[in-house]
Amino acid sequence: MNEMMPTPEIDYLPLLPMIIVAAAAVIGVIVEAFAPRRARRPLQLVLAFGSLIGAFAALVWQSGVRSTEVEGAVVIDGPSVILQGIVLLLAIVAALLISERTLDPAGDAFAPRASALPGSEDERQFTSRGYLQTEVWPLFLFSVLGMMLFPAANNLLVMFVALEVMSLPLYLLAGMARRRRLLSQEAALKYFILGAFSSAFFLFGSALTYGYAGTIQFSGIAEALTAQPGRSALLVGGLALIGVGMLFKIGAVPFHQWVPDVYQGSPSPITAFMAAAVKVAAIGALLRVLYVAFGGIRWDWQFMLWVIAGLTMLVGSIVAISQSDIKRMLAYSSIAQAGFILVGVSAASQAGLDASLFYLIAYGFTTMGTFAVVSLVRDSTGEATKISQWAGLGRKSPVLATCFAIFMLALAGIPLTSGFVGKFLVFEAALAADAIVVVLIGVLASIIAAFFYVRVIVVMFFSDPPEDGPSVVIPSAATTLALAISVAVTVILGVLPQPVLDLIEQAGVFLG
Amino acid sequence: MNIPWLTALMVLPLVGSIITLALPRSRPQVVKAWALIVALATLGLTIAMALEFQADATAPFQFTESYPWIPAFGISYSVGVDGIGLVLVALATVLVPVVILAGWNDVDDQATKGYFALLLVLEALMVGVFSATDVFLFYVFFEVMLVPVYFLIGRYGGAGRTRAAVKFLLYSLVGGLLMLAALIGLYVVSAQQLGQGTFDFLALVGLDIDPNMQKVLFLGFFIAFAIKAPLWPFHTWLPDAAKESTPATAILLIGVLDKVGTFGMIRYLLPIFPAASDFYAPLVIALAVIGILYGALVALGQTDMKRLFAYSSMSHFGFIALGIFVFTLQGGSGSTVYMLAHGLSTAAVFITAGYLMQRNGGSSLISDYGGVNKVAPVLAGFFLFAAMSSLALPGLASFVGEFLVLVGTFIRYWWVAAIATIGIVITAAYALRLYQKVATGPTAPSLEGLPDLTAREKLPLAVVVVLTLAIGFFPGPVLEVVNPAVERTLEVVGVPAPDIPQAAPSGGEAP
Repeated sequence: MNEMMPTPEIDYLPLLPMIIVAAAAVIGVIVEAFAPRRARRPLQLVLAFGSLIGAFAALVWQSGVRSTEVEGAVVIDGPSVILQGIVLLLAIVAALLISERTLDPAGDAFAPRASALPGSEDERQFTSRGYLQTEVWPLFLFSVLGMMLFPAANNLLVMFVALEVMSLPLYLLAGMARRRRLLSQEAALKYFILGAFSSAFFLFGSALTYGYAGTIQFSGIAEALTAQPGRSALLVGGLALIGVGMLFKIGAVPFHQWVPDVYQGSPSPITAFMAAAVKVAAIGALLRVLYVAFGGIRWDWQFMLWVIAGLTMLVGSIVAISQSDIKRMLAYSSIAQAGFILVGVSAASQAGLDASLFYLIAYGFTTMGTFAVVSLVRDSTGEATKISQWAGLGRKSPVLATCFAIFMLALAGIPLTSGFVGKFLVFEAALAADAIVVVLIGVLASIIAAFFYVRVIVVMFFSDPPEDGPSVVIPSAATTLALAISVAVTVILGVLPQPVLDLIEQAGVFLG
Repeated sequence: MNIPWLTALMVLPLVGSIITLALPRSRPQVVKAWALIVALATLGLTIAMALEFQADATAPFQFTESYPWIPAFGISYSVGVDGIGLVLVALATVLVPVVILAGWNDVDDQATKGYFALLLVLEALMVGVFSATDVFLFYVFFEVMLVPVYFLIGRYGGAGRTRAAVKFLLYSLVGGLLMLAALIGLYVVSAQQLGQGTFDFLALVGLDIDPNMQKVLFLGFFIAFAIKAPLWPFHTWLPDAAKESTPATAILLIGVLDKVGTFGMIRYLLPIFPAASDFYAPLVIALAVIGILYGALVALGQTDMKRLFAYSSMSHFGFIALGIFVFTLQGGSGSTVYMLAHGLSTAAVFITAGYLMQRNGGSSLISDYGGVNKVAPVLAGFFLFAAMSSLALPGLASFVGEFLVLVGTFIRYWWVAAIATIGIVITAAYALRLYQKVATGPTAPSLEGLPDLTAREKLPLAVVVVLTLAIGFFPGPVLEVVNPAVERTLEVVGVPAPDIPQAAPSGGEAP
């Protein structure tokens, strides 16, 4: 018992991207506490953009490193570098959306005081005084930190910590919408309670797995699998519970019920961030757990994943058809998209890994773009999210409607957009793994999905605008830039995907 | 030898189109003149390329270029033409300057820039779609072409243009999606057989696809092509689109774009899915014959000139599809000549109809006309020529095509040829009836003092007339170019030629 804990040898350079974001988040909290009100926004903006861009630069600088750090707790390998890069780029775009302050006449997308009761005198006072809060920034950065650590975690405990660092700020952010606050708070509570459940599942699964393998290291679990062939209740139970925890975050069927409510209730910039970046981080982590730790028993999880992927694609696509609210439709669409990514994951091969990574890039930016457009179409009560209100948008604002049409075509998987290349890759990987039925379901779901994506285009371009329809607010440079980036990535990855495909291929394999 | 002819043929109009947009809006004449220069330069380039074409070459495609585009999926930018492709590229590049000249005053000065820029973009895409030798590239051109056409109809057309444009777009999109699904199926098959999936046309032709698989994939492509080239019952978008378009758009749409459908059948369906083509041939022939008769009968009952031409075209498309699916050299070559001839005759009818409409307040109702030959004999003369070209008068290009198709059909199924011939009789009836109502009889009050054609108006028609007569009397050179490509296609299909002596077309040598 007298033995000293060994001091871990840490090479800080490969961890620099995460350290930069973590430091910025902590400084952000201090700024909130001590800086004068008027100085907070400029400081937070500098911190957020500075740290995200700095972290990305550090990531590129250190991108050649392949190692496990902190006594094997964190792993820096090709896929984790790619995933962290995607998260950071998406976070930069999301930060542009969050910083927008010209859309809502009352200020920004966030409640002036999230603690004030909806409809209360306090709230009215805060609003009339034009209070604007900046607490979103440190919360946002902490969440980004969690997302960066999540796919880089190399043992179950670090992964759990990362999961919580990512999720807790999001629960808060979801409840901060300025408009329709009750809806927003309901969404936050729902997300929190269900999220807490899923975290508990994950933790319980980790405990069972530890009971089986005697270690929480992924490489240790993989070794235990080869050392003790044959199934054990501990192992299968542990894997299943860990899987439930992660599939919840991804929003896969049957763990998807929170998605539409949360996406609809949250402020649109946060929805964009959640829909895009959380999925990247969670799929990345799922890939690592399944491929590295449980790769030895892939015959056990592959079939379940096929079933889940098939259900997710079908349920997402079918339910999306009946939606009349654009945010709910996009929520179900993101469920369906998660299904397509899971098809890639379930291939359990290098091709599956590469396909999933490409799909995540394509999906992430397209999703950012869709919610950016949603935040611009407004009437006097805030965002106009009824699809019927979008009628004739193509005539009133052809440029914006064209952007949205491109995103819809990409999500539907039409050639010359990133979505087509992504779908092609995941289906190809799945076919190579002989998952013909899943691919057929995927094609069927794509056809169903094409229907509701194209329907939005038809409504925008081919029907007459209503008398008192919403108007498109002219955004500031921030949202315009976010939109431009999203469109550019969607089109470039569709027309000339080869450089990115090469980049992903070079990134190579998970470090065991 | 290493001149990138086909790429140049696409880049030239595309760059020309971009420059068109940069020209001042206040100088419409400059814009038009520039568009015409670009179109003529493209035509010159096509002629130069055609002179280099070796009709007896052994390679399936000439002027080939190939650059990897998305190597991960075996997609490349590969272009090249065989005889069939060359003929259709030539048709497209001939018709664009013709319609620019004929449609000189089709649109307002304000709209001139966009209109002519779109026409030039469309020209580049038409060259692309006929010369792609990568099936994915073909698909991309096939779909992207919808965009300029949609705007050409939806922005510059008649009163019901929006609806017609949407209808056109939705029909085409449905077909395009089905084709995409089949295309990916084809890719999967190629990946299974070759190890690495590919979209290269020749590699796909070399595959040995399971007949049942062929039947499924065939349908995906066929429906897309049958919507494009409208075969009965996929035709209902065409009359609306033709009626609401400007004459120039209608000519390019029906004369060239719809040929993509029939071109796709002979280029892609037959060689890639030989077993399925054989299996579905009776069905396609039935649809074609129904189309021939139905289109001609409905044309007989039309009160609107443009709709009449649309239904008449549908009847002609029936002939083209028929010639392709009887699997005889005469049929295939006849269809290709017919594609060319139909492009020219469509140009003739829509140009003359456009001139008439411009002189009569834009009305395309047949009842608004009468006695044109008294006030504008030259115009009426051209109108008569257009009607004759449409009913395939011997000595005109369409006769060569129609005759060869019927010969090719006759030696395979004589009774199908017999039924199809009824269509010709009805065609004669509606074409002559149209001429009679429009050009003869008492002159309609609104047409009194109708100005006859100006030199600018005569020139494009004269070009069309000369080409129609030239091909009609001397089809030899065209057949020489087309025959090897058709023979190669039929070899792949492998249905033996019927054992009947071959017939020679009038004025041409035995194919």
